[in-house]
Amino acid sequence: MDQASSSNAAGPGVALPSKLVKISGVLVSLVLTFLGLTAITFVISRVMPVDPVLAIVGDRASNEVYQQVYLQLGLDKPIYIQYLRYLGQLAEGDLGTSIMTAQPVIEDIKRFFPATLELATIATLLGIFVGVPMGVFAAVHQGRWPDHVVRVVALLGYSAPIFWLGLVALLVFYAKLGWVAGPGRLDVFYDGIIEPVSGILMLDAALARDWDIFYNALSHLILPASILGTFALAYIARMTRSFMLDQLSQEYILTARVKGIPESQVIWRHAFRNVLVQLITIIGLTYASLLEGSVLTETVFSWPGIGQYITNSLFNNDMNAVLGGTIVVGACFVGINMLSDLLYRLVDPRIR
Amino acid sequence: MAEHMTLRGWLLAEVPRSKWQARSQRFYIGWLEFRRNPVAVIGLIIILGLVGVAALAPWITASDGLEPDLVNRLQAPSAEHWFGTDQLGRDIFDRIIWGSRITLYIVGLVAIIVVPIGLVIGVIAGYLGGLVDSILMRVTDIFLAFPRLILAMAFVAVLGPGLENAVLAIALTTWSPFARIARAEALTIRNSEFILAAQVQGVSTAGILTRHVAPLCLSSVIVRLTLDMAGIILTAAGLGFLGLGAQPPTPEWGAMISLGRQYLIDQWWVPTVPGIAILVVSLGFNLLGDGLRDVFDPKSGG
Repeated sequence: MDQASSSNAAGPGVALPSKLVKISGVLVSLVLTFLGLTAITFVISRVMPVDPVLAIVGDRASNEVYQQVYLQLGLDKPIYIQYLRYLGQLAEGDLGTSIMTAQPVIEDIKRFFPATLELATIATLLGIFVGVPMGVFAAVHQGRWPDHVVRVVALLGYSAPIFWLGLVALLVFYAKLGWVAGPGRLDVFYDGIIEPVSGILMLDAALARDWDIFYNALSHLILPASILGTFALAYIARMTRSFMLDQLSQEYILTARVKGIPESQVIWRHAFRNVLVQLITIIGLTYASLLEGSVLTETVFSWPGIGQYITNSLFNNDMNAVLGGTIVVGACFVGINMLSDLLYRLVDPRIR
Repeated sequence: MAEHMTLRGWLLAEVPRSKWQARSQRFYIGWLEFRRNPVAVIGLIIILGLVGVAALAPWITASDGLEPDLVNRLQAPSAEHWFGTDQLGRDIFDRIIWGSRITLYIVGLVAIIVVPIGLVIGVIAGYLGGLVDSILMRVTDIFLAFPRLILAMAFVAVLGPGLENAVLAIALTTWSPFARIARAEALTIRNSEFILAAQVQGVSTAGILTRHVAPLCLSSVIVRLTLDMAGIILTAAGLGFLGLGAQPPTPEWGAMISLGRQYLIDQWWVPTVPGIAILVVSLGFNLLGDGLRDVFDPKSGG
């Protein structure tokens, strides 16, 4: 595969440096984007009407104490020095202390993030395993009813407000039908039994071989994950369809058909294999957007993830927590996007 | 009938006689193309319906949707209250109708902020090229790579909750794709002969940009805007749902869902009806956007 890709270039000798160039290009934009992100959070933290010194010393502190903390925080230094200092703190994982929990923000995030990760991962997997076959199916039947059904489903998934969909799902599947467990990650009486290893409940329960808790966690997870996955499903199905249509109209497909290769092989072995590369990017984008998009789903399902943490902190004017959460989610978002971009560039022979 | 034929003849004449005729012809041919796509027409009808309902709100509704009427709280949908009443006894139908104005206000305001920013940055970057282009596009890419909802939340955290601040936060996180598109268009226009002609005639760079390049970028930007409208509506509703957007008693649909949440199980209509309104409008924009894209840019249809 790699040799084939470099045959268009001047030979294997040139291929390696060109790959290095690609990788470094992506890395440079990764660094720049991250600097941009931190610059924004930095500006936000400086613009905030809350006096950072007062927030630490309290309003009954003496003038000397105030001055001392003022200097300690480096607020007398020029703004770019302050920014560099801020970057230094970030690099050490110091996101400040949360007012709400009185703990370092990074510790809070470590506690809340696995729940979001679990939710977004399962949602993305649902999106892939339902969306990709749907997209292929639609493309193969282009212009006929399966195609129309898939397009309508995708459009609805695109257009529906996710938090509303979550409420309706709770009403139908939890309140009326009782098929799944309600909001939260576990029933109350299971809380705190399992020793958190990874923080991902289903994994921890499976490791502890406590299948009751495993099924309870699954029962809590399945509804929010499906709701969050709707968007992934819509996007993935739509993109798969259009990539497949693109491939199916190519001449090599005609050649394959003329040669008498069975249609299922033409679709899956020939067309779909070429779509895979493009799908990587799409799936990466989806995963990143679900990590972010889970904010609303988490609010609806009282899912104790990072989105809920950020929202709650926002209402308590806990800026360190809000900005810390923003940086962590933003970094994951940017990182995953760039990673899928990089993979795409490395794997696809046409992009150079 | 004869008049119709001549109008049609005028619109389809092979050689337009005036700028006005040429322009009308382009729209007419676009419309003929658009009309053949039933899905897009449905989208257009939904959006026109939204505008109509918003404009006619005082005549359609029986109340202003703000005044509490505690005697009639949480009533089920009936002939008198089509969509029932909410926790304060306000008619949900009336609130939905008045809420359509807020939706239009949000998308309108975002469009007014975002399109000029995108056009200015994109056109300057694409036309001038070189270092200016690199710098502007770097900044654009940085904004393009940001997580939108989280960033909008962070902006609202500084600006304080409220409808205008939510709009501003959304605008700050949505302008980047428009700059990208305007730049791509400007790049192709830059080398055309009429631009050279304008340069030779001594038209200033600013004149070329505003009178020749920017207008030609506008159609792609508008198509993209229509496609993005649904996303803007959903983000605004999401912020409203989180309590960061429009504040009560404003009948903003997202905020209505949020306030109606606790009545979900026994009075399902309180939170569900506003959600249907959001779904219909965002669906309308998506359908319309798809249709417009097929008309203006048939290649990228998918």
